[in-house]
Amino acid sequence: MSRLPVKKTYKLFIGGAFPRSESGRTFVVDGQNVALASRKDARDAVRAARGAFARWSGATAYNRGQVLYRLAEMMEARAADLAAVSGGRDEVERSIDRVVWYAGWADKLAQALGGANAVAGPYFNFTIPEPTGVVATLAPDEPPLEGLVSRILPALVSGNAVVTVASESSPLAAIELAEAAATSDMPGGALNILTGRKAELAPILAGHADVNAIDLTGANGDVAELERLAAGNVKRIVRGMPAGESLWEIEPLVEMKTVWHPVGV
Amino acid sequence: MTDIEPRTDGGLEWTYAPAPESRAIVSFEERYGLYIGGETVEPRSGEWFTSISPASEEPLAEVAHAGPEDVDAAVGAARSGFATWSELRPAERAKYLFRIARIIQERSRELAVAESLDGGKPIKESRDVDLPLAAAHFFYHAGWADKLEYAFPNRRPQPLGVAAQIIPWNFPLLMLAWKVAPALACGNSVVLKPAETTPLTALLFADVCRQAELPAGAVNIITGDGSTGAELVRHAGIDKVAFTGSTEVGKAIQRELAGRGVPHTLELGGKAANIVFEDCALDQAIEGIVNGIYFNQGHVCCAGSRLLVQESILEPLLGKLRNRLSTLRLGDPLDKNTDIGAINSRAQLDRITELVASGEAEGAELYQPACELPERGFWFPPTVFTNVAQSFRIAQEEIFGPVLSVMTFRTPAEAVDKANNTAYGLSAGVWTEKGSRILWMADRLRAGVVWANTFNRFDPASPFGGYKESGFGREGGRHGLEAYLRFEG
Amino acid sequence: MEQATTPARTAEPFEPRLTRIGAVDAVALEARAADLAKRSIKRGSKLEALDLIVRMIDLTTLEGADTPGKVAALCAKAMRPDPVDTSVPSVAAVCIYPTLAGEARRRVDGSGVHVASVATAFPSGQSPIAIKVAEARAALELGADEVDMVMDRGAFLSGRHAEVFDQIVKVREACGPAHLKVILETGELGTYDAVRRASLLAMAAGADFIKTSTGKISPAATLPVTLCMLEAIRDVHVETGRVVGMKPAGGIRHSKQAIQYLCVLHETLGRDWLTPQRFRFGASSLLNDVLMQIRTQKTGVYESPDRFTVD
Repeated sequence: MSRLPVKKTYKLFIGGAFPRSESGRTFVVDGQNVALASRKDARDAVRAARGAFARWSGATAYNRGQVLYRLAEMMEARAADLAAVSGGRDEVERSIDRVVWYAGWADKLAQALGGANAVAGPYFNFTIPEPTGVVATLAPDEPPLEGLVSRILPALVSGNAVVTVASESSPLAAIELAEAAATSDMPGGALNILTGRKAELAPILAGHADVNAIDLTGANGDVAELERLAAGNVKRIVRGMPAGESLWEIEPLVEMKTVWHPVGV
Repeated sequence: MTDIEPRTDGGLEWTYAPAPESRAIVSFEERYGLYIGGETVEPRSGEWFTSISPASEEPLAEVAHAGPEDVDAAVGAARSGFATWSELRPAERAKYLFRIARIIQERSRELAVAESLDGGKPIKESRDVDLPLAAAHFFYHAGWADKLEYAFPNRRPQPLGVAAQIIPWNFPLLMLAWKVAPALACGNSVVLKPAETTPLTALLFADVCRQAELPAGAVNIITGDGSTGAELVRHAGIDKVAFTGSTEVGKAIQRELAGRGVPHTLELGGKAANIVFEDCALDQAIEGIVNGIYFNQGHVCCAGSRLLVQESILEPLLGKLRNRLSTLRLGDPLDKNTDIGAINSRAQLDRITELVASGEAEGAELYQPACELPERGFWFPPTVFTNVAQSFRIAQEEIFGPVLSVMTFRTPAEAVDKANNTAYGLSAGVWTEKGSRILWMADRLRAGVVWANTFNRFDPASPFGGYKESGFGREGGRHGLEAYLRFEG
Repeated sequence: MEQATTPARTAEPFEPRLTRIGAVDAVALEARAADLAKRSIKRGSKLEALDLIVRMIDLTTLEGADTPGKVAALCAKAMRPDPVDTSVPSVAAVCIYPTLAGEARRRVDGSGVHVASVATAFPSGQSPIAIKVAEARAALELGADEVDMVMDRGAFLSGRHAEVFDQIVKVREACGPAHLKVILETGELGTYDAVRRASLLAMAAGADFIKTSTGKISPAATLPVTLCMLEAIRDVHVETGRVVGMKPAGGIRHSKQAIQYLCVLHETLGRDWLTPQRFRFGASSLLNDVLMQIRTQKTGVYESPDRFTVD
């Protein structure tokens, strides 16, 4: 006897929950209905990210590293599902290892990017990297899973909260990843994923005054216009490798704070 | 009816429950062989010894004594293990270390109980300090395994080969983590010699390695006494030595390695000054003083064993300190309410007793709170000496027990001079609410670790190690990786 | 304690000499409190501890909607907390607004339960001092035998410490021999340094008890802030011999928490302070949880809230 499977509904990932688009719209990918995010969903996602930022950035670096390692554990458990909606097993394994690679940076960034500075005077001076805040990311369309993790992990590991627009051509991998994130002990709102049209969502995020940095690596369309919109609140504009791993993918997403204190009896 | 009169018996009979952590969670084998090449093997020496609980003197398990042939077998297994381990992609080495970290977390209650049974430290410490830090060291170093080129840009870091590691009995599993994690992360293989009186958590760690499916020979564990360690250091097949223990043995190792071209790091003894200024947060400084010398029964290389108090607050501080000592609970290490556990061995107890007697003989004034010592086992009550001169043996020699010597100073400069007036240089404590003074003192103290308004804080990201005769080399942080690498650039 | 006389023509500092104020390290204080919270007490002592907690409770209602009926029910509960087990003692006091002090006095008179009234423009304290003093006096006339006043945080946080001291002295005088508690409202003070300073100020001005909170804002009582205040009490006691009590109020809902507070008290001030004369809990829902635990200790069965009264 054949059995009718219970098919998954692909919704957005905002604030740790899976809401439908407030617009009620969907689009079709591989015979699946996928939520088509609206400007209001983008607004809600930024609000959720800002709400989660204090807790995520306030966690110890060690804790962040452990949570992201657990994200890798959850992805490993879902490897078959992820392979079915992305480029396949190889891409999934590279993606999981990518997450592990970035997770290991959490408690090492301060040593790698910061340090004491030898100023000419009786002062102790040190520089520490801090997350910039809410980072909007346009994930590369290909590879849909590896591109996504390669762009969001540098932001997350350094303590930023992320709003990302998934691959437009292959958005299902992003929602599978969201399910792994939802079971990884990551606080709700640290990662938010919107599926939909970059042409519609990118300008909203680029112009949003409560977004601190925008990653244009996966942008398609009028990038100059996005940069113009970003200037409205002096956003940091970031572009990097679509599917790579490097400390220098993290560095543009942190602020350097330098502190002085006199040395005296 | 409300009882509104103070009760004549002074209030409630307030006693803490014996709150024993269950022993049942750990089960020791009757006998443990050596862990060589991924297998448990009988010692070729044919010799065994017993590990006992210092709190009760009961035997816990029989453990193999590795003789010269066993040491040779272990080094050989580490050599082949190195070939396999160093050939792996670094990301794969990282994932093995992450697995080990996870398994330690999962088994941490069992390992904590084993640690307290074998070594005598309170379960409160093994559960809340030793085990979390041990797991954290593996997590931290796992993340470096595939990022070494960032730690040492342009230097092309490479593993050294077979690392011989000898660890002490005061933090057995944690010292194992401090040694094994960076060695493996840098691509080396390991021959580890745990301390004679505390082999058991290392042997349980061998099981963790099995569970993690660690490639055979990457980690080898040979138990035994001082002669085993000496044999290991003498072995021609080792590429690196890492030692934590007494300054006396550290010097012997350094002599043995002279001229052999084997890189080595030593983490030795200390006689740290804990310096308290009149403007400190006083009640919290008391906690820091107590933690500094009574944590782990004072079996801590970086213990704050010399209290330097600014003379202007000596009396109020001593009053509070004596009061606080009277609330310390000494007893069964497995009781969750215990603050002070057993002294690790008869030999150590004898040494402490002898030094305390010398203190009294030299004219220092001894204070110990009333303390009931259990009949069996090795115990020493928390002790404070006042009227101590810098020249007394108790102010010069490392006691490695719950014994504090109190001296005074008048100015910051005098505090610095007295603090630095020792051949040791591992750690120091500074208590003042004035930020600039913290930094001024830190600048001038000749110690590898300076704790300001806190004490005995450890983290895998924070480099630890000494100046002068407290040893050289650092463990933890990016700095700690260097000892396990050679550089082609 | 005798005041030293100063030579003629020297200006006396206006602020009285306080016990060394010093500083409090927040990280170490919180770590110590957390460590003490892990103590577990002997099962045999647990029943006695729960009994003591009941005897230490100031059963409280401080709502705009309080009526004589509400207070009558509270008083009945205060005098006989457990409807079934008469061996459970009465609480220390009921704590109410001044206008209900009369009703409370009528209900509990002769039972040994005290009537504690808040006063001095509780909870804000933002009222002229003359009015605040008059309110304290009125509360006592209406039937209270204890007064819980609020410290003037506006004055304290703007640095007018002498004024804060002076206000407490005036209320102390108005209270005569009646028992005076000074509420510091620690949740508004920002740092433990400020809590310590306020504690020492209140004790120097004559407080019989220092109390953490009004219960109207969050955070209310916490273990670290309680430890901080107990350490200040200890320093005053060591230096002057004065005995001052302490009352954490607000946010203590479960027996387990209350026992943790007793552990902190015991470790800091010793057995002599384990009495309602020197320690009170400002609580309302705590009582039922303690009653449930007492019954569980006696019967071995976990209890249901339905079997205890809601007043």
